[in-house]
Amino acid sequence: MERILFYLLSIIILIFAISAVSSRKMLRSVIYLLFVLCAIAGLYFMADYNFLAAVQLTVYAGGIVVLMIFSVMLVHHIDMEMEVAGKTKQALTAALCLSGVVVFLIAIYQHPFAIVPTQNTITVAEVGTLLLGYQAGGFILPFEVISVLLLAVMIGGIVIAKAGKKPQEKTPKS
Amino acid sequence: MFLKFSITKTIHDWLFELMPAGVAGVVEMILIAVVYLLIFAVAGLYLVLLERRVAAWFQLRLGPNRVGYQGLLQTMADALKLVSKELTGTEKADKFLYNLAPYFVIVTSLMALSVFPFSEEFQAFDINIGIFFLTAISSIGVIGILLGGWSSNNKFALIGAMRSGVQTISYELSVGLSLLTMVLLTESLQLSEIVAVQKNGWLIVQGHIPAVIAFVIFMIAGTAETNRAPFDLVEAESELGAGFHTEYSGMKFAYFFLAEFINMFIIAAIGTTVFFGAWLSPFGITDSIPWLGVFWFLGKTLLLVFLMMWFRWTFPRLRVDQLLRLEWKYLLPINLFNLVFMAGLIWLGLTIKF
Repeated sequence: MERILFYLLSIIILIFAISAVSSRKMLRSVIYLLFVLCAIAGLYFMADYNFLAAVQLTVYAGGIVVLMIFSVMLVHHIDMEMEVAGKTKQALTAALCLSGVVVFLIAIYQHPFAIVPTQNTITVAEVGTLLLGYQAGGFILPFEVISVLLLAVMIGGIVIAKAGKKPQEKTPKS
Repeated sequence: MFLKFSITKTIHDWLFELMPAGVAGVVEMILIAVVYLLIFAVAGLYLVLLERRVAAWFQLRLGPNRVGYQGLLQTMADALKLVSKELTGTEKADKFLYNLAPYFVIVTSLMALSVFPFSEEFQAFDINIGIFFLTAISSIGVIGILLGGWSSNNKFALIGAMRSGVQTISYELSVGLSLLTMVLLTESLQLSEIVAVQKNGWLIVQGHIPAVIAFVIFMIAGTAETNRAPFDLVEAESELGAGFHTEYSGMKFAYFFLAEFINMFIIAAIGTTVFFGAWLSPFGITDSIPWLGVFWFLGKTLLLVFLMMWFRWTFPRLRVDQLLRLEWKYLLPINLFNLVFMAGLIWLGLTIKF
């Protein structure tokens, strides 16, 4: 049962990942990407990383994909299709992708995978205490650094949004 | 995978006695899926009827009362009519996305339905991140609306979808934060544990003042997230025709329509589970009869659903700027303050426990 599910999810990920980059309609490729992200969340669910799976669904599927759909809706009309890249570009991309696949395959086949006999679900409480723990193995410093970064990004966003408005207010007066 | 299926243990044991474990597991999954689909369809249809009767009551009319006793079969007849209708579409619509959009909305609400504890044993999927899972799922549902609006190649539908996106993304924040305030009390995200905590008093009593504030914010933001009046800018009839589902007809339209009502049910069910003790009876009067839990759960949920219908028929529709101002300038700061307030109360041990 688990094996069937794993292969099913992997096939979904592969098919939709390829169609996401090869589709010529922009919104369709965004939706294919959404399917890929959901299938990855399914893999996390299979591995019992429930929290990570839900984060995947909220942040990637619910946040980033919605943002992408928004930007596509704002700039893109339904009739438009993306142009096809030239032959040299196609060949170059294919070569790069193949080399990536080769590196991954070598890495996977050389890694000694150990079978873990017991599975234990990681609870949210454990994630929380580790995330805010300051003893060895805690992640308080990266957590705080990331929150400062997010604050800076938010302030930057507000500054950019406000900066665009000022000249508009002045023009009607002059 | 540890899916914890606990819909009445007797059926589970009987199935595993009757056939080998592998087959029994599959049969059980199919049975549960069928049961939840039935709940979905029946709840959706009867909520539509309830809405029409409540609307009629508020407007001093009678409402549908001809088909069946007191109009009980009216929505069934409507559904049959919708099934038999022709499915139309616009000329240059993106057919694939256009047909996909209703399923996004339906599947996400069906997935959300599966985690609710209808009674102590009647819960399909007791995941340990329950509430977080619910918010995650509900954030995907909006994609269906966005897709439906964009791919039907209609300006009104596009504007409706955009409004819906703005609204859902903003109000999701308030729903999440108000639930987070309550999670401080429960110390767990798992829905069955949240119910277990409430055996010492429902959370709205345990957390008194901040819990009531959180509940009010939750109901406002929940109404907005389901795109219902007074927040139904998405399908404002006077401006946008029918909004994002202008181009949908027949059963595809019915999917959107049913999902809206199920989403309302889901918001009410989250409210029941987190604030009003889910299947627990008031003062434990029916603790000796466990199956009555379903009755209490549905009773409380329907009360909250009635509250949301009350909103719909008493408040006028908001403008877009008013909608966004309400969220970002009022609800969000109040919510953040409330979160700190609740944390302080718990730190000082000022919660009420029986």
